[in-house]
Amino acid sequence: MERSEIEAKMKELLVEELGLDEDKIANDSRFEEDLEVDSLGVVELLMALEDNFGVQIPDEEAEQLTTVGEAVDLVQKKLDG
Amino acid sequence: MHDRRVVVTGLGAITSLGNGVEPLWENLLAGKSGISHIERIDVSDIPVKIAAEIKDFDIEQYMSRREARRLDRSSQYFWVATQQALADAGIHYEEDDPAALRAGVLAGTGIGGVETFEEQLNVLVERGPRRMSPTGIAMIISNMAGGVASIDFHLYGPNSTVVTACAASANAIGDAAEVIRRGAADVMVAGGGEASITRFAVGGFSQARALSTNNEDPQGASRPFDLNRDGFVMGEGAAVLILEDYEHAVNRGARIYGEVIGYGMSADGYHITLPRPGGAGAARAMSAALADAGMTPGDLDYINAHGTSTPANDTTETSAIKIAMGDDAYRVPISSSKSMTGHLLGAAGAIESLVCLLAMRDGKIPPTINYETPDPECDLDYVPNTARDVTVRTAMTNSFGFGGHNVSLVFGAVDS
Repeated sequence: MERSEIEAKMKELLVEELGLDEDKIANDSRFEEDLEVDSLGVVELLMALEDNFGVQIPDEEAEQLTTVGEAVDLVQKKLDG
Repeated sequence: MHDRRVVVTGLGAITSLGNGVEPLWENLLAGKSGISHIERIDVSDIPVKIAAEIKDFDIEQYMSRREARRLDRSSQYFWVATQQALADAGIHYEEDDPAALRAGVLAGTGIGGVETFEEQLNVLVERGPRRMSPTGIAMIISNMAGGVASIDFHLYGPNSTVVTACAASANAIGDAAEVIRRGAADVMVAGGGEASITRFAVGGFSQARALSTNNEDPQGASRPFDLNRDGFVMGEGAAVLILEDYEHAVNRGARIYGEVIGYGMSADGYHITLPRPGGAGAARAMSAALADAGMTPGDLDYINAHGTSTPANDTTETSAIKIAMGDDAYRVPISSSKSMTGHLLGAAGAIESLVCLLAMRDGKIPPTINYETPDPECDLDYVPNTARDVTVRTAMTNSFGFGGHNVSLVFGAVDS
């Protein structure tokens, strides 16, 4: 999957599954500080990524994610892996 | 009599009879039923196909989609009624307002977040625990309506939730009054929310044989005290009252709807779903509320009955009123707004408290609709079918819940 496709899908999931405001989502947006995604939101994101990209993301790896771009990187790594 | 008097200074409601207190009240006085065929869920395999369902509710008019996704429908209704009631009372707290520390919440609900429970149980069964929502538990628990109200409306005082089935929000109002009386708060948001028109709850109540199956005539299905009643009709929504210390209300020039003057409780100690035959348990709650108000039966102008339209309740409640009121049972007008709103379970007591207060304000008692064939065992004045103009200075509402919980509240007029 192309990175641009992952980015587009990521944005869609953040809007659809977490109810975030699309205009606020950028590659360098930080989940906690910029997007106000709390610990429960991180779990929602994790489930959405696993379901929609068909990847497995352990909690330890999810906890390391700070920005939207890092989440895209992680999904890409899993898909390529 | 009580040292600190507790008055009602704000009302809010969302029901099948409208979003807001005034549409509800107008429809009740007009004798209009809010009951219709259930549309939200599949009832093809459930014998009951009618409810007082709210058809056009859009929570995103009130909050972001993101916030709404984390609130069960029952809490959403409570949120909307709370916002209305606070606005009606002219109360608004900023996050750092010291007065907010003296304002609390007492909520009531029958079964809390049952819609979310059902949804998440399906996820668990079909997809496993790793696919359950991380917000599910917080949405299901019955106290969350009150919790979220404290967060969103900045209410940092006492905060609790009563879960006594169909008596829950009557208990919440009585308990909230006591919180103010003992000086622990000046303002309390008190009421209840319920949203149990779900397959789980409709199926379950149907199996308990508690519900009317008069599917052919939804608007005629809830017929309290009528000989041909065959069960209650489920309703949904929320109602909230703003209770306030009398001096606090007067000092800020608040409009006062009335005073909470009596609160009585008892337990049937008899059966998990059926009322004690003869109504002795319910009568004790009514007598306790009158005594708390320092009243005798002759002082009471109106009773808003629990009046569920089940064969057992209406007979038993009639007996209970005779025990508690003596000869005055035959004098006092009694009506059941459940004939129009359906039974809002944990939110019923709050809706019906609101009816008592508006009856006092306007000097009008809403009717018991669908009253056609008298039941020899129900032989009191149920204000059949047409609203009545009458001065109401004192009014009682009864709420009885599965488990044998009996609650009566008495409201009194306050002269300005």
